[in-house]
Amino acid sequence: MDFSVLRNLISRYCAGEEYWVDSRTVYIGHKEPPPAAEAYIPQRYPDNRIVSSKYTLWNFIPKNLFEQFRRIANFYFLLIFLVQLIIDTPTSPVTSGLPLFFVITVTAIKQGYEDWLRHKADCSINECPVDMVQQGTVVRTQSSKLRVGDVVMVREDETFPCDLLLLSSSHDDGTCYVTTTSLDGESSHKTYYAVPDTMDFKTEQKVDSLHATIECEQPQPDLYKFVGRINIYKEREDPIARSLGAENLLLRGATLKNTEHIYAVAIYTGMDTKMALNYQSKSQKRSAVEKSMNAFLIVYLCILISKAVINTVLKYAWQWSVDRDEPWYNHRTEIDRERHVVIRAFTDFLAFMVLFNYIIPVSMYVTVEMQKFLGSYFIAWDKDMYDEELGVGAQVNTSDLNEELGQEHEDLFFRALCLCHTVQVKEEETVDSIKRGIHLGKPTSFYISSSPDEVALVEGMKRLGYTYLRLKDSHMEILNKDDEIERFELLHVLNFDSVRRRMSVIVKSSSGEYLLFCKGADTSIFPRVVSGKVEQVRARVEQNAVEGLRTLCVAYRSLSPVEYEETCHQLDDAKLALQDREQRLAQAYDLIERDFTLLGATAVEDRLQEKAADTIESLQKAGMKVWVLTGDKMETAAATCYASKLFRRSTQILELTKKRTEEQSLHDVLFDLSRTVLRQRTLSGLSVECQDYGLIIDGATLSAVLKPSPESSGSGNYREIFLEISRNCSAVLCCRMAPLQKAQIVKLIKASKEHPITLAIGDGANDVSMILEAHVGIGIMGKEGRQAARNSDYAIPKFKHLKKMLLVHGHLYYVRIAELVQYFFYKNVCFIFPQFLYQFFCGFSQQPLYDTAYLTLYNISFTSLPILLYSLIEKHISIETLKRDPTLYRDVAKNSLLRWPVFLYWTCLGLFNACIFFFGAYFLFDNTTFTSNGQMFGNWTFGTLVFTVLVFTVTLKLALDTHHWTWINHFVIWGSLLFYVIFSLLWGGIIWPFLNYQRMYYVFMQMLSSGPAWLGIILLITISLLPDVVKKVLCRTLWPTATERAQSNRPCLTVELSTIFVLTQSDNRLSF
Amino acid sequence: MMASNYNAKEEDGHQPAAIGHGGAGTVKNKKPDNTAFKQQRLPAWQPILTAGTVLPAFFVIGLIFIPIGIGLFVTSNNIQELEIDYTGVDMSSPCYNCSQSYSWNSTKPCLCSVPFFLDQPFESNVFMYYGLSNFYQNHRRYVKSRDDSQLNGDKASLTSPSKECEPYRTSDNKPIAPCGAIANSLFNDTLELYYIDPNGSRTAIPLVKKGIAWWTDKHVKFRNPGGNDNNLTVVFQGTSKPVNWRKSVYELDPSDPDNNGFINEDFIVWMRTAALPTFRKLYRIIHKKTNMTPTLPLGQYILEVTYNYPVRSFEGRKRMILSTISWMGGKNPFLGIAYITVGSVCFFLGIVLLIIHHKYGNRNHSADIPS
Repeated sequence: MDFSVLRNLISRYCAGEEYWVDSRTVYIGHKEPPPAAEAYIPQRYPDNRIVSSKYTLWNFIPKNLFEQFRRIANFYFLLIFLVQLIIDTPTSPVTSGLPLFFVITVTAIKQGYEDWLRHKADCSINECPVDMVQQGTVVRTQSSKLRVGDVVMVREDETFPCDLLLLSSSHDDGTCYVTTTSLDGESSHKTYYAVPDTMDFKTEQKVDSLHATIECEQPQPDLYKFVGRINIYKEREDPIARSLGAENLLLRGATLKNTEHIYAVAIYTGMDTKMALNYQSKSQKRSAVEKSMNAFLIVYLCILISKAVINTVLKYAWQWSVDRDEPWYNHRTEIDRERHVVIRAFTDFLAFMVLFNYIIPVSMYVTVEMQKFLGSYFIAWDKDMYDEELGVGAQVNTSDLNEELGQEHEDLFFRALCLCHTVQVKEEETVDSIKRGIHLGKPTSFYISSSPDEVALVEGMKRLGYTYLRLKDSHMEILNKDDEIERFELLHVLNFDSVRRRMSVIVKSSSGEYLLFCKGADTSIFPRVVSGKVEQVRARVEQNAVEGLRTLCVAYRSLSPVEYEETCHQLDDAKLALQDREQRLAQAYDLIERDFTLLGATAVEDRLQEKAADTIESLQKAGMKVWVLTGDKMETAAATCYASKLFRRSTQILELTKKRTEEQSLHDVLFDLSRTVLRQRTLSGLSVECQDYGLIIDGATLSAVLKPSPESSGSGNYREIFLEISRNCSAVLCCRMAPLQKAQIVKLIKASKEHPITLAIGDGANDVSMILEAHVGIGIMGKEGRQAARNSDYAIPKFKHLKKMLLVHGHLYYVRIAELVQYFFYKNVCFIFPQFLYQFFCGFSQQPLYDTAYLTLYNISFTSLPILLYSLIEKHISIETLKRDPTLYRDVAKNSLLRWPVFLYWTCLGLFNACIFFFGAYFLFDNTTFTSNGQMFGNWTFGTLVFTVLVFTVTLKLALDTHHWTWINHFVIWGSLLFYVIFSLLWGGIIWPFLNYQRMYYVFMQMLSSGPAWLGIILLITISLLPDVVKKVLCRTLWPTATERAQSNRPCLTVELSTIFVLTQSDNRLSF
Repeated sequence: MMASNYNAKEEDGHQPAAIGHGGAGTVKNKKPDNTAFKQQRLPAWQPILTAGTVLPAFFVIGLIFIPIGIGLFVTSNNIQELEIDYTGVDMSSPCYNCSQSYSWNSTKPCLCSVPFFLDQPFESNVFMYYGLSNFYQNHRRYVKSRDDSQLNGDKASLTSPSKECEPYRTSDNKPIAPCGAIANSLFNDTLELYYIDPNGSRTAIPLVKKGIAWWTDKHVKFRNPGGNDNNLTVVFQGTSKPVNWRKSVYELDPSDPDNNGFINEDFIVWMRTAALPTFRKLYRIIHKKTNMTPTLPLGQYILEVTYNYPVRSFEGRKRMILSTISWMGGKNPFLGIAYITVGSVCFFLGIVLLIIHHKYGNRNHSADIPS
């Protein structure tokens, strides 16, 4: 043995990195393993300091700047700014530098503040006291000083300071109870076990005397996986090796409950803990709005570049003759003249880019971010939703609803139907007790378990006279009919996993009999049953399933001592394996769980959550396609669907199940179904009422459909046909789904040719992959833990909240952000296009039309607040109406407000307005005498006139679009205009000493002193707004949308078209 | 296997900290406030643009705009304006010779007389403009080629003008005052107006050269260095005149210290760069005489031009404009016509909408009722 350890150690150091990556060895209490004293080399692990902060005082500025400029928009503006600094450009660097600086600073402050909070939190965590065992005494130290290998004592209600391996607890059986609420949100108490060989080390002194090493895998983020081995050295004996699993590992962040104290050894510390590892990844989802926005941006970028190119080309064409290029009154400098013409042309191109760069809305990103950030508060604030999570609405046209819509909530009642006959009561209870994390031991108390099935089982048994009492020292105690306590020794637990869909326990009865009990889904049990009242039970199970109950079967097998030994051997072998443990365990389980005798079945009613049916109906009316993905049996799931009105009596059900595919080939079934559906479609072209179809598919068939067949064309075909069929069904039910299949379906739908937007909603951990996959993931904070809620984009407390979430918040937010995006582009077209036109009248010299201050402040202050406010509080239609009439949602579906025609309309409107501004002013300036004293106006007055019309028009356009005028809107809209006027008066009112030019001096006031200027401004504003008003009125009168009708029907209500959408709240850094 | 994707959002970044304190528990109690703002129930005015509400607005706009337009149009038409092109492009033009023989170095001014006939008397104050065409005063290189602080009387800028003035910043190693392209190209034709009596004698029309620049420009924005009372010759010592100028800035109007140097009104007017390549600038004012005779009676006039300013190289034109002024400034029919047009369009749209409203508005309403 000496040699083997030594060899181990040597090979570890020689083999190099690979070995290191695989596992780590922890010396409990830093004590070297006795046989190989020399080989003990303390290993280096990170200390237990948690660093969640991103920056330090020193690296904040460079690191933060780097992070910010990685965003493409910020980088673009930085580039423009640098160009302005380097070459001689028409506008001063301030015009782009100031907004950039502003945005960067605001973002940096926000991030800095957040990081400071993190620092503070880190600090308080790192300094929190921990009891450490050293030389047989308990020493209090700071959490951050913990090292791997330290033995720690944790008392009740204390939080584990790092990932610990349980050695012993104050309970005799070496168990302890832990709640992981703050980790994964599951509030139930979970049981953790100490390895039997260490559970006697119950005092400081004893623990200190423990000689053991732990070999375990390197840290990985999966909370539910842990593989390791403990070697315990006893005096002059070979070390005892025991396998370790997730049930031995106490995670940082969890809290000890119902246990006086425990001793444990630190395995992973600091940033290696599973909790810390879990906070490193983040989801990145982009909403459809964002995609449209980016598409529009690209269009505008193209426009920008082409504008610059056109102007550059025209410039050189125009100034071909020297008298135009350099008339006697306007010579170039010598340096300029000597420059090569290519360089000059390139510089000119850059200068034009700089001049027109404002067409890419500087502040749009900032505003959109702010809108998302602030707007999400309205959802959080909504008392109807009673929900504190951040989130926004969703753009949905196919919504993937998952099984949990029919799932119970904490306060719902489980009706347990216990249907077992020929019950061997004790056995069943045994099954329960194992899985049961926590139970209250008194016979009168009720049972709490994470699984309703177990409760059903135990309750049922109780009614039959067998009461499960407690699990004590690996013995389950059961009170039988005769008030005697029977004891069963719990030998092995074959844990549940979703592949096998069953779990088993092996117990030894007091009479020395070995029994294996198994419970699981009927499909996984029946094939393994050899005797028992199979037919009877099967009939009951199916009947129950039809009634919408969730069923489980229970079976047992008795083992002879020889068989038991063999079983033990197989299990231990598998459990001790460091590599492929899962796989080997599964193999072992498969061997052991066979030849069952069927005992009976349980059934649990899945009560629908309140208003689930109403919600689903609304969603369907809103034009969403609902898919139900569930792990339940087909019958159960179908019953749920009927209960939730997903299927109606009139719905014709199309089945695509294993049963059918066994009779016919998959190919035939698929074609059969698609023919049915397509025939209906051709017919429905004529008839008014079309047949309603519902599709049911099960997991096995689905994987057959999705499975890439050897002949490459086949699989694609099946997929297409399947999608084609489902497209024509009003509802699709997928039952018997494995969690991963749920995600596959979402992916499949996402990739179908209409590219629908998907929304996944679920409450269980098995929905997580689906929620992550879908465009919008919504988690319900259900009883089965909060993993779904944590991984979702939005979390809601109950399923019924989905209705308000989508129909009200989703709709409103979509309308708001769509207007925000379109308006931003519009106002910047209005802003920049006159400048483009002006180039034709100033010899393509890049002369800006507006003063620097106006260029800078246009997007930052003159026109920023009204649209921000609009995007936050606009309510084009009342919340009640939206809730009452789900069909309104169709108006905003499919991103309808951000489609190209709408975008084109806004852009054309912008171009039209820009032409009006410019040419209006142009004709007005045909005679530059505007005042009765005959004095003249110059180019800055010209620009200011255009700019004044611009600011007023753009703001009033928004005012026209506003349908919900609260005092805030009034304040912001009129306030912005007033601010513009006051600013202009002030800006032109004095000679600003820090400026090297005074071109705006008194320009604005002189303009206001002239009658024609006033008349011209009013006229131009009127002309600019006229077409939009006419378009609105005509559309409303001639082709009203449902939304507009709803508005008109309630005269006190509001306007405009709309769509749905989603803001994923995944990224809230500011940028523009 | 269930939580293989246990992701945290970025905004949850600070949560590792919160977790230590059982953050989830505290969040739970946060019941949202039931305030009007948070529940999005702020009282609001909710206007909808329907044919019904917009109709009256259109008629009102029509009714207001059309009279305004007519008023503007009439006013503009009542303004008398006379424009004379004296560039001298044609052989027949009196200034042809001057325009041909132009050279910057010629010391002898070239004079030409343009006769014209006024067939209507100008009754009120007459404003005399010079107009230039194809002259890009709004060229970027040109617009920025000035030093406002020098013009504001800053002594430091006087001796070292801004770089923006290049290449009109220094000459002979002396700073130019006023520097820059704008100042350098100051319009330097002299225009004089004579009335030819029927008996053949010439009467010079008195042209007032003050009051043509903005008051604020003359009194605030433009200042001579060291105040306006000093001896400008001394003040401008050590500076050079702009290269194209014949005389120094302090010789612009030696007779009137209040109109000399930087505060010379012709200079100030020129320094306000025009918006478009064809522009006019106020040159002189002919005040109405106190008696009843018109400011400019009908008859024969002669415009005496001292032809200094070359425009032929860039195909420019030079004009002299005489115009009376109303409350709305000079003659510009655009505003009046535009107002009339827009007013009419609004009125017309009003009628169209009225028809549509009657035809479809009712139909929609009735259609809605059963639904």
